[in-house]
Amino acid sequence: MRKLLFQSLFRQPFTEQAPSPDEAALSELATAVGRAARRRLGRSLSIREVDAGSCNGCELEIHALNNAYYDVERFGLRFVASPRHADVLMVTGPVTQNMRAALERTYQAVPDPKWVVAIGDCARDGGCFAGSYAVVGGVGAVVPVDLHIPGCPPTPTAMLKGLLALLERVDNGSVTP
Amino acid sequence: MPSLLDRILEGRQIQQRRPWPRAVVGAHLWKFVANELAQGRLNLLGLWGEPSTVHMAIMEEGTAEIAIVSLDCPDHAYPSVGLHHPPALRLERAANDLFGLSAEGLPDTRPWLDHGNWGMRFPLGDRVSALPQPAPYRFLPVQGDGMHQIAVGPVHAGIIEPGHFRFTASGETVVRLEQRLGYAHKGIEGLMAGADLDRAVQLAGRVSGDSTVAYAYAFSKAAEAALELVVPDRAVWLRALLAELERLANHLGDIGAICNDASFALMHAHCSVLRESVLRAANTAFGHRLMRDVIVPGGVARDLNDEGKATIQATLDNIRLRFPALVELYDNTASLQDRTVDTGVLKPALARQYAAGGYVGRGSGRSFDARRTLAYPPYDGLRFEVPVLNEGDVNARVWIRVREVEQSLSLIDQMLDRLPKGPLRTPAGRQAEVREGMAVVEGFRGDVLVWLRLRDGRIERCHLRDPSWFQWPLLEAAIENNIVADFPLCNKSFNCSYSGQDL
Ligand code: SF4
Repeated sequence: MRKLLFQSLFRQPFTEQAPSPDEAALSELATAVGRAARRRLGRSLSIREVDAGSCNGCELEIHALNNAYYDVERFGLRFVASPRHADVLMVTGPVTQNMRAALERTYQAVPDPKWVVAIGDCARDGGCFAGSYAVVGGVGAVVPVDLHIPGCPPTPTAMLKGLLALLERVDNGSVTP
Repeated sequence: MPSLLDRILEGRQIQQRRPWPRAVVGAHLWKFVANELAQGRLNLLGLWGEPSTVHMAIMEEGTAEIAIVSLDCPDHAYPSVGLHHPPALRLERAANDLFGLSAEGLPDTRPWLDHGNWGMRFPLGDRVSALPQPAPYRFLPVQGDGMHQIAVGPVHAGIIEPGHFRFTASGETVVRLEQRLGYAHKGIEGLMAGADLDRAVQLAGRVSGDSTVAYAYAFSKAAEAALELVVPDRAVWLRALLAELERLANHLGDIGAICNDASFALMHAHCSVLRESVLRAANTAFGHRLMRDVIVPGGVARDLNDEGKATIQATLDNIRLRFPALVELYDNTASLQDRTVDTGVLKPALARQYAAGGYVGRGSGRSFDARRTLAYPPYDGLRFEVPVLNEGDVNARVWIRVREVEQSLSLIDQMLDRLPKGPLRTPAGRQAEVREGMAVVEGFRGDVLVWLRLRDGRIERCHLRDPSWFQWPLLEAAIENNIVADFPLCNKSFNCSYSGQDL
């Protein structure tokens, strides 16, 4: 009974749903990300996420990257627990004054070579929180940003695209950490 | 017999009545209210400041009547409510940080949101320059043999919001957890001041991203109360539809994430797929996966067409097909139950004292649900149950979510069936005079409260109170005597918002 349940639970998403066009595009995109990641960094790319005072909307969509639809791990993109294991720092939020020091320290803890990806509209320049006494106003004001992915929040697909763009640039040598 | 609130308000000058009365009281009556809160005859819904006034929203236990009492404090001091009623503690610390209003007698005067990084003090009151050397934050002292401390955060190992947890443990057992929050403080209430309604509702929708619908909903209702705007029927129903979709997506995500923190990744994988299906349906139906910026003062900014309706319907059908098997799996997996049953118990008395909302309150015997208790339309005309359990453990908070998923499915069905036709929005117009309004809306996490005052069509003051204010402190209590390793599980079962309380 248990086994049956497990099997049917496992099978359904793959067998019953014909991929819609956007899903096909998605898997093509994800494969491309995987290829670029492998070329540059061997087998995987480790990402450390830092919430620098986001509204938590961006976190929800970063979480979605790990669900079965996007499943970024199959392409070697991995979220890691420690900045010391990371190649990429993924930062959300307008950077609050209260998170500035923690962000700086986390950045310093990431070994070279490293890249910073700023996620979301408010991570660019503070977005709708710009001008507040409590906000630094964008990730770039605290640590050097290699790539910004816009959106409020960006969709998981937009984030995958963004990571691909970063990897291409890294490959072409136009980004030197 | 007149109600307690009637007696409190009797003979007072009522400043506003939309939709609940606000009265200016003297220090004597203020203290009386604090005492009634402590006795459990009133519930504290919120406490917030203005440069020289402090406000308190209260609800009578039993009748669920609501009122706001305000105390003028020209010398920036008022009698502490937290002294008698601990749920007010953090709110009073925050009011001091933001406005420089000091609560006399407050047992804990450490700053809360102000970490000494703003370059000033009292940013929303009479600003003064920052202390040259802010005192280091002093965590509560711990005494005893063999105690050790574990400090976690603000940057955590997972993809979660920033906050600091200081555990004191004896061996594996947590003796005390102390939270330090405020890292996500963005100064939203400061940004609100002077904003027009369009910008203000956008800001409200970014207080806590997972509750963007609930916040835009509560803000809009407060603004409409102030302006006496009548929202068209279709918009009234669409808003509730949006709110239920948000609840559905979040509960599905939470159920999976809680099981994941009990090392049962299978549930997580399947619940995430269902959550994703709701977000995709939302995107098709309303143009945004989190349904952000759809609810606006006066109505909604976009309509639901037939394609959107069909997509939502298909998504519900699919969830109905798959969810029961997951519930059965949860119920029948002994190793999982072993982690969630009797873990992180929140006693009903504490939930009642803190007037905790959402699954935290309803998992510990407190039946309040703004949709039912305050019965705002269209919920007054819809069939649904409010699940309540008394166990107060992680398991109870999972089951409340499970039952609420089922209720939301049924509610959305009813709404799609009965969705009225008609216009989507009533223009707000421009009111030169001063207007105030308040609203309480049931978000997935609990009741979101918004109070605002408009002057010349712009925000003069807007306060947004997240349900987490009354849930975070209870997590400190619930984790006591649990093992440190169960903290992530307990924390996830509460799923409080950092951004929502930090603001
Ligand atoms: S970009 Fe938008 S969703 Fe992301 S943290 Fe900022 S306000 Fe929230």
